[in-house]
This record gives sequence, structure tokens and C-alpha cells, in this order.
Amino acid sequence: MAGLTAPASAPVPAPVPAQRRAAARAAQAQTRTLVSRAQLNRPRSKLIYRVVLAVTVVVFTLVFVGPLYFLFSDGLKSATEAVQTPPTIVPAHVHLNTYVRAWDEMGVGRLLFNTLYYAAGALAFQLVFDVTAAYALSKLRPLGGNLILALMVATLMIPSLVLVVPQYLTVASLPLLHISLIGSPAAIWLPSVANGFNIFLLKRFFDSIPDELMAAAAIDGATPLTILRKIVLPISRPILGVVSIFSLVAVWKDFLWPLLVEGGFNPPRDTLNTGIWQAAQAAPQNLIIAASAMAAIPTLVFFLIFQRNIMSGLTAGSLKG
Amino acid sequence: MPDTAVRPREAGSRPQPRRPRLDSRPAQRARRNLSAYGFLIGAVVCFAFFSWYPIAREVIMSFQKTHLGTTSWAGWANYHRIFADPTFWQAWRNTLEFTVLALILGYAVPFFVAILLNELRHARGYLRVLVYLPVMLPPASALLLFAYFYDPTYGLFNHILSALHLPASQWVQSPGTTVPTVAMISVVIAATWMNMGGATLIYLAALQSIPGELYEAAELDGAGLWSRIWHITIPQIRLILQMLLALQIVATMQMFVEAFILTNGGSGTTTISVVNLIYQYAFALSGASNYNSASALGVVLMLVLATFSGAYLWLSRERG
Repeated sequence: MAGLTAPASAPVPAPVPAQRRAAARAAQAQTRTLVSRAQLNRPRSKLIYRVVLAVTVVVFTLVFVGPLYFLFSDGLKSATEAVQTPPTIVPAHVHLNTYVRAWDEMGVGRLLFNTLYYAAGALAFQLVFDVTAAYALSKLRPLGGNLILALMVATLMIPSLVLVVPQYLTVASLPLLHISLIGSPAAIWLPSVANGFNIFLLKRFFDSIPDELMAAAAIDGATPLTILRKIVLPISRPILGVVSIFSLVAVWKDFLWPLLVEGGFNPPRDTLNTGIWQAAQAAPQNLIIAASAMAAIPTLVFFLIFQRNIMSGLTAGSLKG
Repeated sequence: MPDTAVRPREAGSRPQPRRPRLDSRPAQRARRNLSAYGFLIGAVVCFAFFSWYPIAREVIMSFQKTHLGTTSWAGWANYHRIFADPTFWQAWRNTLEFTVLALILGYAVPFFVAILLNELRHARGYLRVLVYLPVMLPPASALLLFAYFYDPTYGLFNHILSALHLPASQWVQSPGTTVPTVAMISVVIAATWMNMGGATLIYLAALQSIPGELYEAAELDGAGLWSRIWHITIPQIRLILQMLLALQIVATMQMFVEAFILTNGGSGTTTISVVNLIYQYAFALSGASNYNSASALGVVLMLVLATFSGAYLWLSRERG
């Protein structure tokens, strides 16, 4: 059982022995939960357990995979079958053509490219700027560093949706520079760097790297940049993974911001998320569902490949803190 | 992002021992400060432009008015205007209704699902992936699918109801008469399906940190299943429960995309949320967008949310 539960409790940012020991303790503790093994082994309990397990598996599959079944199968219907009453559970006639039409008419390929471009750029900017900033705050500790850190982390108290109006106006005309970023990828890339959560996670991780490691390199004449590249980054791969996943998923799932700053251009500069919503305003139902299904494929594949990292990264942010 | 994003506890809660600095000479210290500022400049500029400045600007704009391109001070006029708008109160009522319903569904359901998953000895990996699967969908995909399911004439949900010999429903298009409205319940169902995976996984990890000896002792004392949950499970993870409560309140009060896609702000205004209204004030009212009223509404929401975020940070500090 301990093996099965390992992903969620894998200590992601845990280079320190004390943390590793705590994780090992937690793993041991898992051998006993609400219902004891002895209790489960009684014949009557065994039967109840089997029934509960079967019901859980069936209900969960229906609730969580059921809608996905319709997401992918309803896009195979013809335009009339998609809106007929009562709805068919299995498409009467399979129209693979619907997917082809949705791809062409709703421009899914272009939207997919835009989204990948925005996500990759946002990831690169966040990794460069947030990692160097957190490194400076954690290890170089300049004058005023604590104030900067406090101001950055304090932004976590104010969710960005609340600031959408002044943020939009700022991006439409940057103060001092008077440049408009509307319609440029930078309108997504640069604001993504202002992420207090990244700074917090990275700095906390860097704090746990012993200074002695760096002092030795500094005596050998290494510059702060060399130390960051040769010592800090290789140790920090787990936390960089967590930050990367959060950053990619955030761009992929964002809606209002890309709608405001990238909407209304031709050829479209929308993300998948906003693009299929806009195309859906004037498309037949079967095309809408086919496009939604295609928009869902990349993240579903990404999740199935990286599920362990994603799920453990999520809990790491809140619990191991 | 309006989901159960994981927020950290406050930085600096781990006490840092003052280490003696290697570079004691002023020239060295100056050089290190300089390179530190070089490392910081990118992030600081981005924070300044896209976070710190907008926060200040929102507060300032809420006290200004713009007429024919000239900006002047308006005192509390914007606040008076939004308080006088019946949609303002409707939006707050809806948002609170959504928050309460989303907490009943999205807070309690993941807790019991996590307890269930923690007890099962089989299929755990499979079930955990299932619960988290919808979290990974682009919200537009999931919501366009639910809008299709909710359609009163050809939607799947009414088909299921009629197969069970139950009366058909208008779902998200129901006119709002009851409390909670059917329309709002429909929005909450979709939102919970999309987002409950995150909370479930966090609970699950918390449950796994409960020492097994406690359950053993309780069992020896003859405690039943419910009393074990009530007297051991809940107290042991109380802090996580409180932190997630604050987090979920903050996340659900920012509800936007669900109502926006499912009902486009509602049949009338039955599902309009506060963030929907900010959007309407600023961007949707034809020709007469009023950034100043939108800012005033933003400041009100900011104050409310900052209270809950503050509670979260305080609780997570307590934890450390």
C-alpha cells in the first residue's frame, strides 16, 4: 500500500535530511488508517469493502470519465444528430468529418500554436526572471532585499482578477514608456513574471541549500552567475519542475486576461480557451464539441504523462510548506 | 486563476539564522549588492508594472472620473454610484450564494471523497487520476460541454431526468425565484466537477500524515467509525481544513468564467458574479465603458478578498 500512495507524499522540495526523515515517518504511518487491517479481514467487512470498492470505481468512472466520453463522441455526430431530441448516447452515424471541419473552420491549429507559444514564452520568462530574483533574495541578500520580498509575497493577498481593469489599462499603455502590448505575446509573458507564488516557492527552496556549498565555490573565484548555474540550478530541479507545471497550466487555463489582451485580431491571436469560446458563438453544436475535444487533448496527454509530478507538485505547494 | 490554486504560507516564517558574511570588506559588499540588483531587476520591473502599480492605480482610479478625456477627482461618487446600482447587490448576493453552495459541494465532498480513497486498498492510483482529470481541461472545453448537457431541449441532463421520470429543468436558463436558484446550482455543479480534484488531493495528503497509533488507540477504546472521523481525523487535519476553507472562499468569490460561458452573465442577471459585473462595467456596456466604477467595485472586492487571504496567511503561519 505504501507504494501506491508514494506519489502524493513524494517530498518534492526536500533536499534537507530532516524533511526526508519526516516524509519517511509519514510513509510508515500510512500503514494504519481509519479502518484497521484486522477489521477489514473479517469476512463480513471483506464483503462490505468489496461492495464499496466496486461502487466507488463505477460511480467515479461514470462521473469523471462519462462527460469525457461525450466530449469526444458527440463531436462525431452530424449537425442534426447533435441537436436531436432525445440525444443519442452512441453516435448513429460517425462523421469524422466534423473534427476536420472544426479544425479548419474554428482554426484550432492556429489557436493551439498560439497557446503553446504563449505558454512556452511565459515559462521561459518566469524561469529566468523569477529564479534569478529568488536566488538574489535568498543567497545574495542585498540591501532592501527583505522589503522587496515582502512586497512581492504581499501581492498574493490580491488575486489578479480583481486588478483586471488597471492591469489592462497598464498593458494598453505602459507607464513611462507609452508602449501598448495589446495583441503582442508580451502582454501574456511579462505579467506572468509578477507571480509572488513562484518567488515564494523558489526562495524557500534556495534557503534550504547550505551556504557552505556556495562559499566554497566563491573562494575558488566563481561569480554569482556561475554559482547559480553550476550549483544551485542542478540541485533545484524538483522545484523548477513544480514551478514549470504551475506556470504552463496557468497560461493554458487562463480565460479573461487572454480574451482582453489577445482577442479580436485577424488572424486570431487567441488561446485555445478563448478562441473556441469565441468561435462557439456562431458555430453548430457538433463543431463546438469537436473543437472543445481537440482543445482538451494536449492537456489530457500532458497530464497522463506527468501525472505523478503534477499531483505531487500540487500537494507540495500547500503541505510540505 | 479561479480554482483551488495552492497558496504558500508567508515567506520568512522559517527563521533564518544570521550567518556571518564572508565578504566583510565594503568593496566586496557593494559588488555583491550590485550583482544582486542585476538579478532582481527583471522580476522587480515586472512586479512594478503589472502588480504594484495596478494595485495603486485601482485605488486612485476609484476616486477619479473621466469626462471627455480629462480626469478629475470625484471623491466617493463612484462608490455611491455602484452602491445605488441594484445589479451590484444582485452580483454580491449571487457571489455569496455561489460561494456557500460551492463550499457545501466543493469543500465537503472532496473531504469525504479523500477519506474514502484513503481507506481503499485497490485502484487508488486510478481513482486519484480520475478525480484530477477535469482540473486539467481548458475551462472553455469543460464549460461548453456542460452548456450542451444543460440545454433544455436536446441536452443530456434532461434526457436523464426524463428517463428517471422526473420533470425536465431549464438548468442554467431557469428564471431566478428560489434561493438558491436552479441556475446557480447548475453553475456550481459544473464548477465543482471541474475543480474538486485539487482539494481532494490536498486532503488525501493531509490524511496520510495522521499517525496510525491514534486510530489504534481509539479502536481499543471502542470508538466507532464516525467517532473516529469526528474525534481524530478532523482535529488532526483541522489546520489544513481551515486553510483550504480560506483558499476556497477566495477562489470561489472570484468566480467569473463559469457564469460567463454557461450563461453569459445569466438569464437576466440570475447568475452574474462580482467579477462578471466588473467586466460589464469596464468592457461590455456598449460604448459607455466606465473604468472608474469598475475600479471602485474592484477595490471593494479586493478588500473582502484580502481579509480572507490574510486569514489564510495567518493560519499557515500558525502551522509552521
